[in-house]
Amino acid sequence: MTKFTKDHEYITADGTVGITPYAQEQLGDIVYVELPKVGQKLKAGDEAAVVESVKAASEIYSPVSGTVTAVNDALSGEPGLINTSPETDGWIFKLDLDDAGELDGLMDAAAYAELTK
Amino acid sequence: MADQPADDLKTVVLNDKHVALGGRMVPFSGYSLPVQYPAGIIAEHKWTREHAGLFDVSHMGPSFLVLDDKSGDGEADHAAVAEVVEPLICGDIKGLKPGQIRYTLLLNDQGGTHDDLMIARPASEGWGGALYIVVNAGTKEADFQRIATAALGRATLNRSDHCALLALQGPEAAAVIDAIVPAAVELGFMHYASFDWRDTKLVISRSGYTGEDGFEILVDPEHAAAFWDTLLADNRVKPIGLGARDSLRLEAGLPLYGHDLDETISPVEAGLNFAISKRRREAADFPGAQRILAELGGVLERVRIGLTVEGAPAREGAAILDQYGAEIGVVTSGGFAPTLSRAIAIGFVPPDHAAPGTRLQVLVRGKTQAAEAVATPFVPHRYVRKASK
Repeated sequence: MTKFTKDHEYITADGTVGITPYAQEQLGDIVYVELPKVGQKLKAGDEAAVVESVKAASEIYSPVSGTVTAVNDALSGEPGLINTSPETDGWIFKLDLDDAGELDGLMDAAAYAELTK
Repeated sequence: MADQPADDLKTVVLNDKHVALGGRMVPFSGYSLPVQYPAGIIAEHKWTREHAGLFDVSHMGPSFLVLDDKSGDGEADHAAVAEVVEPLICGDIKGLKPGQIRYTLLLNDQGGTHDDLMIARPASEGWGGALYIVVNAGTKEADFQRIATAALGRATLNRSDHCALLALQGPEAAAVIDAIVPAAVELGFMHYASFDWRDTKLVISRSGYTGEDGFEILVDPEHAAAFWDTLLADNRVKPIGLGARDSLRLEAGLPLYGHDLDETISPVEAGLNFAISKRRREAADFPGAQRILAELGGVLERVRIGLTVEGAPAREGAAILDQYGAEIGVVTSGGFAPTLSRAIAIGFVPPDHAAPGTRLQVLVRGKTQAAEAVATPFVPHRYVRKASK
């Protein structure tokens, strides 16, 4: 089940992290993405990536602790994938979770929908 | 997501239009203004470069300085009103021909810049002894006070910032205006006049801040909505927010006050020598003349440059390093250039690092990225110097 942070990241059941449709709408056109490195160890809340819109840079935080197992290299050439399909082709990185129990501290879809109402 | 601006923000005459069009309203220079519409900044930017973009710049400061006692002799009255403002600026206003607009700078006594602004001489003899002056939004209260004080007893400054000031910019702007106010397309770049439209008068200038051909139109509040709707009814026209306005002017290499110009930066440092008129240089009769003339003679610590940046955009405040890593300057405007699909920036460095082709670096989030000094504009200007109807 996909979970959500208050900073508008999502993490799917297989550990794929990206930003929500709401977040990409708020940021506007994404023009540059700085990806984490495969093998990088992240704690929950660590800065993992940066997405830059025309206007500003925004940090993407790791929703939970884990090790980066993959990054979406397609974003280097086509950062706008985050705008067009944030939940599929516009994913940012994948995590191997240290402790799946950390997911319990995140919001489910209903709670996140309430936050962005 | 609130449609109502915060209490302390002013709204422009066309606020309801922007909200109805889905404009994302943000605070800017004390006003609630659309940063973008649903199309988004990149689409709006490209539309302006290819068609015609409509911008609401009513937050700016249009005004008219009018001589208190006119002699009736147009030339003498123009000379008299020019004498009122010239001590504040470095431009030759006396030498303006009827209808001509000049970009100039309000300077402090140290040769730094209070503001950059447009000053124009009316085309009509009947308006002799008046000047049309447009200043920036963030500085307008201080600018207006400065001009009004200098004019005390000789001329009166009438603010027009209760009106709508619209900019129509892009290669199709002239064709759009031709269908609405045909006489206005006869204006050459940096000229203005007033034109009848319905039962009002529009003050139209051939000018703008995007690098494209275009027009800026001052319309009274009662007719603003109808004129806005008339422009948008043309399918070559789309509304454009402040986000694209900034990326367009950045690509055009035009300085933005409060970023690339401020109280410490002189016109010479900012690369605006063209705005220091010959007559004024010879007379050395403008604020900060001592510093500015020395800088023109070559005594210069920093100059404004354009930079192309590899990788992430280098934003305002990012350090500029030489190719060996020594910090030598700072980015004052930076972002993504939609036309070029790359990061570009404006910044200040010592003159010996300013030559186009000089290899530089910028510091973004603690990491160095390659950059290069380049000539500006980044995207060629396409002004229409003479009417081409």
